[in-house]
Amino acid sequence: MIVELTVNGEPVTARVNHPGSLLDLLRDDLGLPGSKSACEQGECGSCSVILDGALVCSCLVLAADAHGSAVTTVEGISEPGALHPVQEAMHRAGAVQCGFCTPGIVVAAADLFAVNPHPTATEIKEALAGNICRCTGYGAIVRALEGAEIVADR
Amino acid sequence: MSTRTGRKVGTPQGVVGTSPLRPDGIPKLQGRFEYAQDLAAEGMLWAATVRSPHARARIASIDIAPALAIGGVHACLTADDVPGRATFGLEHPDQPVLAAQEARFWGEPVAVVAAEDLDTARRAAAAIEVGYEPLEALTDPEEANRRDEVFRRMRIRRGDQSVRGAVVVEGEYEVGMQDQAPLGTEAGLAVPDGQGGVDLYATSQYVHVDQEQVVASLGLRPDQVRSHPTGIGGAFGAREDVNLHIHLCMLALHTGRPVKMVYRRSESFTGHVHRHPAWLRYRHEADRDGRLVRVEASVVLDGGAYASTTSAVLANACYFAVGPYTCDSVAVDGVGVRTNNPPCGAMRGFGAVQVCFGYESQMDRLAHALEMDPLTLREINALETGHPLATTGQVIQTPLPTVEVIKSLQAMPLPEAGPSDLPTELPGGSGLTSEPQHVTRGVGYALGIKNLGFSEGSDDYAQARVRITDSGAVVETAAIEVGQGLVTVLAQIARSALGISHVEVAHVDTSKIDSAGSTSASRQTQVSGGATLEAAQRLRERILGQFDGDVLDDEGVWRGDTLVTPWTALAAGDWEETVTFRHPPTTMTDDNGQGVAHADFAVAGHRAVVDVDVELGLVKVLRVDTAQDVGLALNPQSVRGQIEGGILQGVGLAVMEELVMGEGVILNPTFTDYLLPTILDAPEVEALLIEQEGSWGPYGAKGVGEPPTISSTAAVAAAIRAASGREIERVPVRPQDIALP
Repeated sequence: MIVELTVNGEPVTARVNHPGSLLDLLRDDLGLPGSKSACEQGECGSCSVILDGALVCSCLVLAADAHGSAVTTVEGISEPGALHPVQEAMHRAGAVQCGFCTPGIVVAAADLFAVNPHPTATEIKEALAGNICRCTGYGAIVRALEGAEIVADR
Repeated sequence: MSTRTGRKVGTPQGVVGTSPLRPDGIPKLQGRFEYAQDLAAEGMLWAATVRSPHARARIASIDIAPALAIGGVHACLTADDVPGRATFGLEHPDQPVLAAQEARFWGEPVAVVAAEDLDTARRAAAAIEVGYEPLEALTDPEEANRRDEVFRRMRIRRGDQSVRGAVVVEGEYEVGMQDQAPLGTEAGLAVPDGQGGVDLYATSQYVHVDQEQVVASLGLRPDQVRSHPTGIGGAFGAREDVNLHIHLCMLALHTGRPVKMVYRRSESFTGHVHRHPAWLRYRHEADRDGRLVRVEASVVLDGGAYASTTSAVLANACYFAVGPYTCDSVAVDGVGVRTNNPPCGAMRGFGAVQVCFGYESQMDRLAHALEMDPLTLREINALETGHPLATTGQVIQTPLPTVEVIKSLQAMPLPEAGPSDLPTELPGGSGLTSEPQHVTRGVGYALGIKNLGFSEGSDDYAQARVRITDSGAVVETAAIEVGQGLVTVLAQIARSALGISHVEVAHVDTSKIDSAGSTSASRQTQVSGGATLEAAQRLRERILGQFDGDVLDDEGVWRGDTLVTPWTALAAGDWEETVTFRHPPTTMTDDNGQGVAHADFAVAGHRAVVDVDVELGLVKVLRVDTAQDVGLALNPQSVRGQIEGGILQGVGLAVMEELVMGEGVILNPTFTDYLLPTILDAPEVEALLIEQEGSWGPYGAKGVGEPPTISSTAAVAAAIRAASGREIERVPVRPQDIALP
């Protein structure tokens, strides 16, 4: 079937021949590899995107169900050529190691900051409870985002 | 030669001891960093693997015709199609590239296919008809030991074996099978070069050893196979062994097309080796003052179906079976058995993790029997520089600040008495599972020790090249960046040694440079870092000698106040230096396990604070604080990242991470069922870095990747023991171990 949707502000059309997920559509058909596939079951958050304003695991959304939707991926989380304050803060705090979970955490954290510009550590942890990071132990991620409001206020 | 005067004196940016931002940080944050999963090539096919559904079965027949009949299928390869050596292996090539007459573990590859797209490849894999005749699987390690199905036995005897102590404690301990669970699964792309050779871009910790194994099994000349470092989503030991590498190259050469394969998560759980499950028996004897006079240990590791690194993991487990303590009468017997369980091999800590849970549980038991403070007991027995390692007798030559680690832990303030009334901070989390009045707090300590670098006489070396470029310099290496920050630290070392600010790291393929060895054993900062330092130092000396200069900086070569060679002139020359660095030699131990088996050591200690709901068997790990011997922290932010990440993997092994086996079958090969610590499970961490000069690493640096994982598990177990009063003789600690002992 033909799937029409808006991805990172751009209208796109894709012919979906597979019973695949929105994640497959983004990565394989639309050339947006930033969203990562790590668990295929919505457990790790590596594929997090914002779908019509809601944070979702794109591996759990059927591609066909995204027809008519607006999707924001990590590639569209910031203005072109700029970093989102969350990205800036994570970079400075050393919150990136292997980086495979990082796009999903950026999207989830950006979603948090959109509704709560000054989250507490507990709120940050609750918001990222669906994102598994195997490298950092999460300490630098929490430190980064606790300080991110400073960057956002600038 | 242009000259000018007036040198601006300043320190170059991003040198050792600072924490420059990662060069790959922004691409990773923007989703632009290219991982093996993201690779593509024109005309690329997709591959899939057929795996044994039995822990052990005779393969009576394989019919590939139904798969080949599917449109878009280009190749179905079996054991008969392996052109060269039929087996592979990191240390002993005993594992079939594709199972031939017999499949020996659940998930063992039997055939591989390549097709126009992934769905077709998977359909083709499912269409291959394999005639299995299930055989009785050997899954009990004790039985395997009885049948002498072993990869290696270890026997260590040191000192007078008749010594007995006034106080004796004995214990039996068990460690479950942990998985590295790197976020990126195994993935790769093989591209035929059109002349019979192949370029491989695949997840790896050690591209040169992959290349050697591909060469052997494809029957090619070494120069026909180039293995390229590529973006990797974590490793932790899971990427030392070959998995899809030979398969991809076979398919690429068979089809003449680029071929890509990405393991699904469930495949990844069978596609790489795991941390060995362990069964430990200990007897510690001490005098009334708490001095260890005799330690006896028995170590059984289940190596699974194929050798992988079981021999080396077993050796490590036995060499570190006493921990960072002195003792002059030691007997350790170890065995790594062969079963039909999944192959086990390298995971962060490499044998030192399992025994640490055993010996630290014993030290707590001994402290209890002696009515002594557990840290005081450890201090009395602390192994330090100049002492012989209790097992091998090797005298520790490099700094080993065990006492300072203990004193640092002692000095760390404890958190406020608990429990918290915040639901998220209670055992069971925000589900309001535990009531604060049912929660008890426990504090536990553990120390751990491990070697740094390869052991037992391995020729452990790394080559690095430093080359002057228009903008500064580049460090070329085949060492793998797995996320730990090697890409940052090698540049820092070269900046410090050259005296310039602009250095990049280029990860080059196996044809461009000699091996850097594996990104494992906490070794790359010391070994590839050592090569980088020496190459940069030599290059600087040659440049200064050539131009009779006394200072090299970002502007060029200076003689006194005069710029005698500007950078543009340097860059026009052909300035490069290649160095192969070797650490101090080690030897294989003798029949009693005695010898200089290790090049360097690191010690760390952890203090865990937990809240436990004993009735429900639930644990909340509140804090894991640490003091770690780091030599010199070349990049303090990266060191802290290794410490926090390593601790959380240790916490995972302590309370949740276990591959559950049922007759050789992994029952939980998904992230739904194999529990990984989330951000809500992560304890607060205070890390004290203990710096001492004297290690042979660059600027005295020691590897820092593994020590955080070694004793954190044992510290959490000790804290649970303190809170619950239970014996806690196995990790991970399950709710039933606390609530229904």
